[in-house]
Amino acid sequence: MNEISTTDNSAPGRRGFLATVGAAAGAFSLGWSLPAEAQAAAPAAGVEVGIWAVIHPDNSTTIRIARSEMGQGTLTGLAQLVAEELDADWSKVRAEYIAPEENFARNRAWGDMSTGGSRGIRASVPYVQKGGAAARMMLVTAAAQKWGVPEAECSTASSVVTHAKTGRKLRYGDLAAAAAKLPVPAEVALKRHADWKIAGKGVKRLDTRDKLNGRLVFAIDVKLPGMLNAAIAQCPVFGGRLVSFDAGAIQAMPGVRHVLRVDDVSVAVVADKWYQAKTALAAMPVVWDEGPNSKVSSTSIAAFLKDGLDATDAAVGHKYGDAAGAITGAAKKVEAVYATPFLNHATLEPMNCTAVFKPDLVEIWVGSQNGDASLAAAAEAAGLKLSQAKVHKHHLGGGFGRRGQQDYVRQAVLIAKQIPGIPVKLIWSREEDMQHGFYRPITQAKMTAGLDAQGNVTGLHMRISGQSILAYLMPTRMENGMDPVQFQGLAAAEFGYLAIPNLLIDHAFRNTHVPVGFWRGVNTNQNAVYLECFIDELAHAAGKDPLAFRRTLMAKNPKQLAVLNAVAAKAGYDQKLPGGVFRGICQYTGFGSYTAAVAEVTVSKKGELKILRIVAATDCGIAVNPAQIAAQVEGSFGYGLSATLYSECTIEAGRVAEGNFDTYEVLRMADMPKVETIVVPSGGFWGGVGEPTIAVAAPAVLNAIFAATGKRVRSLPLKHHDLSHA
Amino acid sequence: MIALTINGRLHEVDATPETPLLWVLREWIGMTGTKYGCGVAQCGACSVHVDGAVTRSCSVQVGQIGNAKITTIEGLSPDGLSHPVQKAWDAFEVPQCGYCQSGQIMAAAALLKSNKRPSDADIDAAITNICRCGTYPRIRAAIHAAAKMVQV
Ligand code: FES
Ligand code: FES
Repeated sequence: MNEISTTDNSAPGRRGFLATVGAAAGAFSLGWSLPAEAQAAAPAAGVEVGIWAVIHPDNSTTIRIARSEMGQGTLTGLAQLVAEELDADWSKVRAEYIAPEENFARNRAWGDMSTGGSRGIRASVPYVQKGGAAARMMLVTAAAQKWGVPEAECSTASSVVTHAKTGRKLRYGDLAAAAAKLPVPAEVALKRHADWKIAGKGVKRLDTRDKLNGRLVFAIDVKLPGMLNAAIAQCPVFGGRLVSFDAGAIQAMPGVRHVLRVDDVSVAVVADKWYQAKTALAAMPVVWDEGPNSKVSSTSIAAFLKDGLDATDAAVGHKYGDAAGAITGAAKKVEAVYATPFLNHATLEPMNCTAVFKPDLVEIWVGSQNGDASLAAAAEAAGLKLSQAKVHKHHLGGGFGRRGQQDYVRQAVLIAKQIPGIPVKLIWSREEDMQHGFYRPITQAKMTAGLDAQGNVTGLHMRISGQSILAYLMPTRMENGMDPVQFQGLAAAEFGYLAIPNLLIDHAFRNTHVPVGFWRGVNTNQNAVYLECFIDELAHAAGKDPLAFRRTLMAKNPKQLAVLNAVAAKAGYDQKLPGGVFRGICQYTGFGSYTAAVAEVTVSKKGELKILRIVAATDCGIAVNPAQIAAQVEGSFGYGLSATLYSECTIEAGRVAEGNFDTYEVLRMADMPKVETIVVPSGGFWGGVGEPTIAVAAPAVLNAIFAATGKRVRSLPLKHHDLSHA
Repeated sequence: MIALTINGRLHEVDATPETPLLWVLREWIGMTGTKYGCGVAQCGACSVHVDGAVTRSCSVQVGQIGNAKITTIEGLSPDGLSHPVQKAWDAFEVPQCGYCQSGQIMAAAALLKSNKRPSDADIDAAITNICRCGTYPRIRAAIHAAAKMVQV
């Protein structure tokens, strides 16, 4: 059985895609299959009321989702927002993706599909809420017209319109056809948050069940009739080129069908099975021109960045007062240099994409953080118009920023284009995935501060030196030669220590040849290590408690301070810890949310670290699903502590030395602490959730390690450091 | 032809004996619930049971399996939801992206078969699968909950 139908948008008797979600075909267009019992109960084709909701005869609702689900719960959160305004029966809600080509054909009616920067929910809020409210009004109007009563006398709840005066009721399912014919109202009133029944509640995710039994079809699981499989090798040195390959050497190996040059830098073997393609590719002699970067190493990059720490040429991110003067004139000067490495996203599902090319249509099956961009990449690689491309979106086996890039989509199409009409699934081996990422950029920071005789900070200079993401990926988004992303959490609107009287935060560009990109949390992670550990250093230099010291510096930052205080209270900061247990505290701001954490650790005399407990607090303003926020915060520590303890991409001879999880180590169960999450939404704004808390993982632990050992760790990962102490 | 007993059914496949079980499951038989994450026995996404023992199928050659009985995530329970581990996973909403979870569930199910009441330390030792989404605390809680269900 093919789990993906190639014709699921063209079944007869439906308004094309718009009235989708008939029986099984609808489920397939979602990119995952329903559990057996749900399939049996799948509803008949529904009617689109407005653009965000499809209402079925059985009174169930399908809600359209434009963003991508990669584990962060956005699918459920967005459905909650629509269902709330629609007054839908939540127990009968399911979700489906908007096809990017439909979004394109209808003038991007469903808005931006990109899913990154923790914007999945917060940037969608106004229009998805309005979409739900508009559909509700259309249903009310349809009922009122049927009954001949004023709309104002009708109320809605749980997918039913009620006319209280006469006790009449109509189900949405029976009104949808009439409602769909009405104009979509432009002006709609939204509910007060106090009246929310679905949004704001910790309802269960909509996508759990198929993740318990292997039924969820990730892009890597796609099966199409006659499909072939491709393995790819890209020039291991960034900036190098493919010179030649000896296809004849492997042509006779089992299953091999084609050996293809993909582009200037890569070659693919296409075989019946991917295992055969990968095996043959490994056996094929390939000649690379390694280009100008084959001598670059982590050591040479470190020296290059170090040079930037004192360079005169730097872009200013945040400045007030006279930091240099205040530091020079201070009673005490404190200085420290920090460093963090390149990191790979290492999503557990490696990059992959399935494509089929015909002269007038390119179709792809993909897990992508940006459906619009995948559509554009497929069309461009195929040499076709946007209207000649189709994208089947699948849930992502991890995204973390990596799947916002479309390199693997482009490659799949370039391969498929050489064997027209035949579907081909490109899967990257873990080694390709590890060595061809868009890495978290490498930076160093020189932190300098002055303290007066009473231990008050007189001025702070933070100099970041290293690679800029925007300079590499989207130079047009630079602002007067400054990369604003570099200063995440440090700019005026986010910086938590505005009571410091003189401040300079600047960045010396030191761009390497290594491709960089947005890694979950982006630059907040590195910046938080630099700032929050150094603040801890300053507290100790001033002879003050790190929490009390921060409170003083945060006098002008009530939002951040409230979160810090919340975490301190929950962690019992004023209580003595059991012997041998030490704590570290920190706070940070990013993606529109305020976060703070306390870590409790033990470090044996021999230097063995055990992280016992993390308490984390987040204020994301308005909480759409507190249970999922807690899950995201917990998971953030898994991701953040991987980077703290183990992970590092080393550059040797111009390439990434690590190839798999044996050398690119990540956190596993035994190292995962207990994480206690407090969600303290203060209301009035929509902050991000998926990323901001990662930033506080490393500094909380590093500050606790200092408390335990007196050793200040200033470079990551921790595995390189000897934590033994007397 | 190599004969394999998978989830109680006999399958004959024309793969070469050195082909890893993972790829035979996914590509020759078409059972894609078992996932590829690393191919080198590091991540556990490919975990299945071979005669009841949790096994990383990327690193077992199909020619070496002989008569051993293979259970995959598709065969863990008849309806795909009713194994105590699946129930606990649902109750605790363990999955985030879900990609690792077939392997996590198979590892947890095998653990509970040999150890009815695993301690935290037992879980640390037995569950070495990678989850990049960081669902470890919920995996731990769900294993404890599933252990209680099994005992009832
Ligand atoms: S794929 Fe087998 S352990 Fe990772
Ligand atoms: S749930 Fe995403 S890797 Fe585990």
